[in-house]
Amino acid sequence: MSTTADLPSPTLRTGTDGVPAVDPDAPAQTGKEFTSDQEVRWCPGCGDYAVLKAVQSFLPDLGLRRENIVFVSGIGCSSRFPYYLDTYGMHSIHGRAPAIATGIATTREDLSVWVVTGDGDALSIGGNHLVHALRRNVNMTILLFNNRIYGLTKGQYSPTSEAGKVTKSTPMGSVDHPFNPVSLALGAEATFVARTIDSDRKHLTQVLAAAAAHRGTSLVEIYQNCPIFNDGAFDAIKDRDTKADAIIPLEQGQPIRFGAPAEDGGGSRGLARDAGTGGVRVVDVAEVGLDALLVHDATRDDPTTAFAISRLTDAGYLRQSPIGIFRQVERPTYDDQARAQLSTARDAAPGDQADRLAALIGGGDTWTVV
Amino acid sequence: MATEVKQLDRVIIRFAGDSGDGMQLTGDRFTQESAAFGNDLVTLPNFPAEIRAPQGTLPGVSSFQVHFADHDILTAGDAPDVLVAMNPAALRANLPDLPRGATVIVDTHDFTTRNLAKAGYDANPLDSLDEPGSPLAEFAVHTVDLTGMTVGAVKEFGLSRKDASRAKNMFALGLLSWMYGRPTEHTEKFLHRRFSRVPDIRDANITAFKAGWAFGETTETFAVRYEVKPAPMAAGTYRNITGNLALAYGLVAAGVRSGLPVFLGSYPITPASDVLHELSKHKAFGVTTFQAEDEIAGIGAAIGASFSGALGVTTTSGPGVALKSESIGLAVMTELPLLVIDVQRGGPSTGLPTKTEQADLMQAMYGRNGEAPVPIVAPRSPADCFDAAIEAARIAVTYRTPVMLLSDGYLANGSEPWRIPEVDDLPVVDPGFATATNHVSTGKDGAETADFWPYLRDEATLARPWAVPGTAGLEHRIGGLEKGEGHGDISYDPANHERMVRTRQAKVDAVADSLPPLEVDDPSGQAKVLVIGWGSTYGPIGAGVRRVRRSGHHAAQVHLRHLNPFPHDLGEILGRYERVLVPEMNLGQLSTLLRARYLVDARGYHQVNGLPLKAAALAQAIGELVAEAEGVPLHELDLTAATSQEVHQ
Ligand SMILES: Cc1ncc(C[n+]2csc(CCOP(=O)(O)OP(=O)(O)O)c2C)c(N)n1
Ligand code: SF4
Ligand SMILES: [Mg+2]
Repeated sequence: MSTTADLPSPTLRTGTDGVPAVDPDAPAQTGKEFTSDQEVRWCPGCGDYAVLKAVQSFLPDLGLRRENIVFVSGIGCSSRFPYYLDTYGMHSIHGRAPAIATGIATTREDLSVWVVTGDGDALSIGGNHLVHALRRNVNMTILLFNNRIYGLTKGQYSPTSEAGKVTKSTPMGSVDHPFNPVSLALGAEATFVARTIDSDRKHLTQVLAAAAAHRGTSLVEIYQNCPIFNDGAFDAIKDRDTKADAIIPLEQGQPIRFGAPAEDGGGSRGLARDAGTGGVRVVDVAEVGLDALLVHDATRDDPTTAFAISRLTDAGYLRQSPIGIFRQVERPTYDDQARAQLSTARDAAPGDQADRLAALIGGGDTWTVV
Repeated sequence: MATEVKQLDRVIIRFAGDSGDGMQLTGDRFTQESAAFGNDLVTLPNFPAEIRAPQGTLPGVSSFQVHFADHDILTAGDAPDVLVAMNPAALRANLPDLPRGATVIVDTHDFTTRNLAKAGYDANPLDSLDEPGSPLAEFAVHTVDLTGMTVGAVKEFGLSRKDASRAKNMFALGLLSWMYGRPTEHTEKFLHRRFSRVPDIRDANITAFKAGWAFGETTETFAVRYEVKPAPMAAGTYRNITGNLALAYGLVAAGVRSGLPVFLGSYPITPASDVLHELSKHKAFGVTTFQAEDEIAGIGAAIGASFSGALGVTTTSGPGVALKSESIGLAVMTELPLLVIDVQRGGPSTGLPTKTEQADLMQAMYGRNGEAPVPIVAPRSPADCFDAAIEAARIAVTYRTPVMLLSDGYLANGSEPWRIPEVDDLPVVDPGFATATNHVSTGKDGAETADFWPYLRDEATLARPWAVPGTAGLEHRIGGLEKGEGHGDISYDPANHERMVRTRQAKVDAVADSLPPLEVDDPSGQAKVLVIGWGSTYGPIGAGVRRVRRSGHHAAQVHLRHLNPFPHDLGEILGRYERVLVPEMNLGQLSTLLRARYLVDARGYHQVNGLPLKAAALAQAIGELVAEAEGVPLHELDLTAATSQEVHQ
């Protein structure tokens, strides 16, 4: 008895369409305006500071009215984020921010909705909400602070910690196999998936801009150092000497190359398709030639290649990781479609609400007693 | 042949068959016909949790009981006067509920060796009707091949035998409609609508329905027709309505009367799903329904919607409330309006999904970490779910708080006539959104700036301002961490926490200031015994109290709409009576609350069998207390004395 209905196909627009913009004649917004009066309370050296600074100075670039921006977070060190921004915000409960944000984004087209979450918050307790937000493609941007540890509860292993990790709760080493958040998001058919690094302000800002411009759920994994409980987790990709070999940069339309410079100035290593496995592998550029390299295309509808690239992330101690936008495709959003159904229904039932209510409750088989 | 017509003042009919036999539909149509005729009525559907339990077995039996009368009635009736049994299992499962002398109409078609065995009969009980010791000896049994006659009647439509025999429920309905003089045009119209896309099925059903009527008229099997006159009712337009439908309409009405868009976040669960189904049809009223990935996401999205300026609602049953507890706490802390609707079912755990119980009161009251008070309202009858929904919305919006509404499986699926209210007479709910700064801060340099404090309260209600995103100048952050009084920033200050815990409690207590005095039903003013209840026990308690009064004795009744906070006058009322009885479909939850709060010797009367309380058993329990209080021997109370409900037997 299953039937399928034609859904309205709202014209795809950018992520912030429908959100009121600042008056063009008003003085430009500053990062300071977005800074609340609350004292920031992360540990000294915590990667969260850098992300906060980047976000505060990026938000004015959106050109949106401050009162139309909402930050929702779960629980964890990173989830304190909304308190430090002078926008609307909710610091909710552990893991549930994507669900709450779904309610906000669906109710109000005129809000720019952001979720801040941690690796435990998003992938452990809130894993279910994360994958469902991604599959529904609700218009919001999720910033997943991945420090590969539970910070707030003082250092237990998380779903992204490497196997064998020794923590307070795993004195003999963790026997859990870790998640790769990008692979997970791609598996959930997320329409925008990116990875960036707390300390790379420029890249972080670029990714934020692209994520905000995307209409649908944007998942941004941010590698974030926790100097207290997991210091050095990202050293290989941050260290001047090793980072060229560790970061696989994903740039739209460019052959994917990394490692020490080759003669042409590009990386001496690169990614190429593996005819044998159908996957993607690291190759020596000199050996395979430039033409054999994989040209990055995040807009490809088929997520297979993006997934294959995501698998080049080390699951253990991080010595190699693709960084950038993995996938950026268009698909109608849940909230646009839900609102479109509401307006279709409204158009089909004109007239005063009170009269329609009277007709509704007075419908069915009625009889009159005089 | 002139059939005799007998006058009755009320009748209880139970339609019973296999879950696939369409008994719910049959009962519902008979109910609609009776409603249109003008009888007062109450219904009790009863069906298995399995969608299609093995055919022909006892667990697969589904039934629908309708009680209709020429006067005002309160319950679906303790015992059916008439049983319509479509197969051996339906007969066997329902016989124990029948009083001596009841009428039994049996479809003989399925009384095959195989089906008899499935129902646990060694021999066909219909073969030994007149023999001594027959299980059916006490009843007036009519054996009719309903299925066979249906198949014969619809031959012309060329349906498969299976499809043709499916219309047997309409044949049965036609027969019963004849027997009780029910108007038929609504059912014919209904069948036209329901099967408009499948003309042969439509015609077969209508033909079977008419054939059932004609069979009653022409055959000599049934010598008597019955007449149950319309009941006197207050002037107005009526419809028959189930609790879940009334609840959904109440939520739509709350949206219209508050001007707020309604947002329902929900995860399917019996017996609450129909509220989700119904609300999903009302998008034209600005109602958004979000079928979430689980109960936690359902309430989470509703909280997000409330934060954004909608009326956030979540509907579920007990297991779902368990999952939502932490989020309800968040709504308590963030002081956002939210409706949490629990259509209770038998518990614990998965319990009895399709059966009724009211054992979630303590869960609603205390089922959260920390001091997390939540107002609780409960409807008393199916139609009352409409008003209860609007009342819950009024409290939630006025006091910026989650509110629990406790319905139950009996209210959800049961139905009764509802006098349709005028929209203009419905309460108006004022969201009173914050639009401007509410506080002046003095900086270190002495300069004053206007700002917004999200936790500055209204003096009378103690409610905090509801400032929705998009309001310039009122940007603020809320969350689950303790809030500083007034300014709402995070605060770990011990004295602040103490004040905030007490203030949140005081705010919920303040709801009592807005409640009307309780209605005490004590017509003689001489009662020494008070019977107090909540929720769907209203009908059975009322019927039990009536029986005691008819025996010439006195009992008072109070029924609580508000379970938290209790109305101001409740303590004083309890103090007026020598004995207090609290009947509940649990092991004593309201009685525990009353004892703790008022130090009264509230005695419990408990039943947890998944079914509504029975009036006769309640009358007995009330009678015992009345005898004690009035100092008369119990046997002097004639509780079996005919109530007006039972004169015809
Ligand atoms: C229901 C619930 N369970 C457990 C906790 C305790 N808790 C708070 S944060 C957290 C883990 C946070 O880890 P992550 O999301 O990685 O955030 P981080 O602190 O590392 O930024 C836990 C287990 C809680 N607050 N609520
Ligand atoms: S524990 Fe780690 S993640 Fe948390 S604030 Fe400190 S440094 Fe940052
Ligand atoms: Mg973490």
